[in-house]
Amino acid sequence: MLMINLILILLIGGIIAIFSERLGEGAPRKVALAVIVIDLVYLLLTLSSEPQLNLLQTPVPSNPSTWLMHYAAQWIPSFGIKIEFGLDGLSMLMVILTLILGAVAVSSSWTDIKIRHGFFEANLLWTLAGVLGVFMALDLFLFFLFWEVMLIPMYFMIAIWGHENRSYAAMKFFIFTQASGLLMLVSILALVLFNYNDTGIWTFSYFDLLDNKISSQASFWLMLGFFIAFVVKLPGFPFHTWLPDAHTQAPTAGSVILAGILLKTGAYGLIRFAVPLFPEASKEFTPIALWLGAAGVIYGAVLAFSQTDFKRLVAYSSVSHMGFVLLGVYAWNILALQGAVMQMIAHGFSTAALFMIAGSLQERLHTRDMRKMSGLWQNMPRMGAIAMFFVVASLGLPGLGNFVAEFLVLIGLFQIDRFLTIIAALGLITGAAYSLLLMQKSFQGEPDQTRQLLDFGTREMLTMTVMMVALIILGIYPQPILDISRPVIESLINFSSSATGGLS
Amino acid sequence: MNSSQIQALMPILMLSLTAISLMIQASIKRNEKAAFIITFVGILLALLGTEYAREFAQPVTILLQVNTWTLFFTALILIASLVTVVLSQDSFSPEGERKEEYYLLLVLSALGAVVLIQSSHMASLLLGMELMGVSLYAMIAFPEKGLWPLEAAVKYLVLSGCASAILLFGFALIYAATGELSYIGIGEKAAISYERNPLLIMAGTAMVTSGIAFKLSLVPFHMWTPDVYQGSPTPVTGFLATVSKGAVFVALTRIYLDAHLYQYESFILALSIIAIFSIIVGNLLALLQNDIKRLLAYSSIAHFGYLLIVLIAFTKSGMSNEAITYYLAAYILTTLAAFTVVARVDKGDSKRSKIEKFEGLFWRNKIQAVTLSVAMLSFAGIPLTAGFMAKFFVINVAIDSASWILLSALVIGSAIAIYYYLRIIFSMSKASNNENSLQDYFGNITALLLTAVILILGSWPQPFITYASGL
Repeated sequence: MLMINLILILLIGGIIAIFSERLGEGAPRKVALAVIVIDLVYLLLTLSSEPQLNLLQTPVPSNPSTWLMHYAAQWIPSFGIKIEFGLDGLSMLMVILTLILGAVAVSSSWTDIKIRHGFFEANLLWTLAGVLGVFMALDLFLFFLFWEVMLIPMYFMIAIWGHENRSYAAMKFFIFTQASGLLMLVSILALVLFNYNDTGIWTFSYFDLLDNKISSQASFWLMLGFFIAFVVKLPGFPFHTWLPDAHTQAPTAGSVILAGILLKTGAYGLIRFAVPLFPEASKEFTPIALWLGAAGVIYGAVLAFSQTDFKRLVAYSSVSHMGFVLLGVYAWNILALQGAVMQMIAHGFSTAALFMIAGSLQERLHTRDMRKMSGLWQNMPRMGAIAMFFVVASLGLPGLGNFVAEFLVLIGLFQIDRFLTIIAALGLITGAAYSLLLMQKSFQGEPDQTRQLLDFGTREMLTMTVMMVALIILGIYPQPILDISRPVIESLINFSSSATGGLS
Repeated sequence: MNSSQIQALMPILMLSLTAISLMIQASIKRNEKAAFIITFVGILLALLGTEYAREFAQPVTILLQVNTWTLFFTALILIASLVTVVLSQDSFSPEGERKEEYYLLLVLSALGAVVLIQSSHMASLLLGMELMGVSLYAMIAFPEKGLWPLEAAVKYLVLSGCASAILLFGFALIYAATGELSYIGIGEKAAISYERNPLLIMAGTAMVTSGIAFKLSLVPFHMWTPDVYQGSPTPVTGFLATVSKGAVFVALTRIYLDAHLYQYESFILALSIIAIFSIIVGNLLALLQNDIKRLLAYSSIAHFGYLLIVLIAFTKSGMSNEAITYYLAAYILTTLAAFTVVARVDKGDSKRSKIEKFEGLFWRNKIQAVTLSVAMLSFAGIPLTAGFMAKFFVINVAIDSASWILLSALVIGSAIAIYYYLRIIFSMSKASNNENSLQDYFGNITALLLTAVILILGSWPQPFITYASGL
């Protein structure tokens, strides 16, 4: 029940947020923050109060009882559709990340929302609920439902509170994800129907479908349907074009959620569904996926370098960083996968922070154009120092989370394909180039002394501290995260290699 | 004809009785309120009649076939008529206009639709279709002011007349080929007469299908749709989109199955081409529209394209029956929800259904904006709405029957469709200068009910699936 409650708390919280607007403009954001914190505390308390939970136990992919938590109830029996949730180390990490970044998102939009406060916070909470559903649902029908439904509140966030070109950006975001989602729906239904023809049982359950015996030709096409849906969301080259627009036009909280959490649902989908459901087809597809990943790393970095819009630059840097995740997933060995998981978390924090800085700049300067900024460090020393921290984190400075992640991916990849490793490693250099360019153009240089700008206040500093501490811990002592994700990754690898006789 | 057969005809009898009562009432004392109440109660009784007739389901003479399946659609059509009655009540009544005859026409048209649904013979098919159609022409032209309704009615009348002529010629050819006019009779003799002279029966089938495709506005017989949708008073547009199209599709399904039309490969090919073109052309042209009624016209073309997929694959999948039931139900309910809101916003003025007129609806009338959003999301096939489950069924049928080309048309069409459905939602969420709220209790209640049904069908479909598979 924990998993359903987590989602319900957010859904109901959204409704309360709408009504709380009657108490005053400031009430909805306080309600939203409280709801997220309650959700997080509830999750952590429940997890720690169950002594029989062993975070290090190895979950067998096709046996729910070995998972940390599992819940199933009938929903549409004539198609074998169940309300089925499961939690293992990987999804637990993602759920915690979602809730922390959700709180960050509320804080980041504390002052920049000027209209319809209640509805804004409600949309934020509903998006989080949808994302939690995606990370925990193990019935493919239910998973698809959350996958699609979380788009609607996100769409509203961009379309109502976004910047100048919001209609175009919101539409593009929705169409890209929905159209690719449609391919996934066709794949899911085909998978279920083929399985039904083989076994005579209607089931959408992840656990049952893992043992599908679909001919390799069909499974290749089905795998492709999943792959495209997830890579659009990731986003991987060449399906990334929605991302710069959506991230740039979204309000700050929207960008934080998009970059910090929503992109991770794509990566999670690849690890949880695309590869394990179709191990053989994925193995065949590995070279192409790896090339797409490497292309994303370089292409994102090059495009980031040529941007003049602060948010757009950060958005393209996400494309580059997510390329590493794609590489890590399709290298499909323990090191690379751990790197990918690490990257999902570290990138979530570093990019969320950068978008929050971008939002604060826009609120103060009313522009995102870096040509109109310079020497901001002089005007706002605290913000400058913090920006510096997250910029070097994002370029992969050793000692911070992103470095560990990219390093692990590269080591893992080295065992598979040396040439691609070299190309991907170039991404680290180009990453340094655009990140420092960002810093130079906006925070360094000749300051405009006539500018009177408000530096970061307590709320912002507190939010930033949370993320800084997280990144430092991830960088210096990543072991707990690696330990939690390792059993899941190991079991997935064992499972897929038993199906194919060794992937890659 | 024995008494149990008469009992099986209860819905038809109730509707006829309502029509007669309305005529008598009009001749005694003209009173709009009384006419409204008689119509409302009459349709409600007919609706109860469908429930009553279930126990007596049987073929009634050679002309009509009463079974649980046709009774379900009869009920659906009657619900749609009921909503139309409620919407018509004050949405297009500029002062001084008499509307008693309008209710009479509506009842007659619904009666035609019910006959059409239950028809099992070419004669009853034609009877039902013409009764429904002729009443509709008058309903479209009913508003006294403005040229658009008149233009729409004449356009529909002339083209519909041509379509009926082609349909009749088709009947003649089929009769010449088989010597039968009942669906089952045609089905029995079709194979032999095809061997004897394939041209005759194929030409007949093609002409009958063209006549029906006209009513369903499938491409390339769709030209009239946007103008008629736009020009008609909005409740009548809703009636045309749900009752007329729904009933004709049910009739097409019956002919297709009972007369064994699925056995001709060239016919299936032609249907597939019509389906693909309807999906692609309907969705592409909907992109260009600035008027919500025209947009819904093109979107309905696409939706009947999706439905045709199920028909084409009918015999190759075990789920086709449920798929048609579910899709038609979802389509009718969603269309009704959409037109409920459009009728309330444009207030009877055809020039006020531009998409810009919906700007800021979210902040003016939340209930109607939410209803229209849910309707659009349901059309687009987003989970938790009835439209999603409907699409779920269609995709299932398409995969089950390995119709990959039709399936890709569906995927491409749905991907295009998201744009124009979202456009409406977006324009409703825009800030508008005019933020005073629109209060409208009658419209709000209808809207809320329809929204609730769409969401329940989408999020808890099991009871309905069980029910549909028992039909």
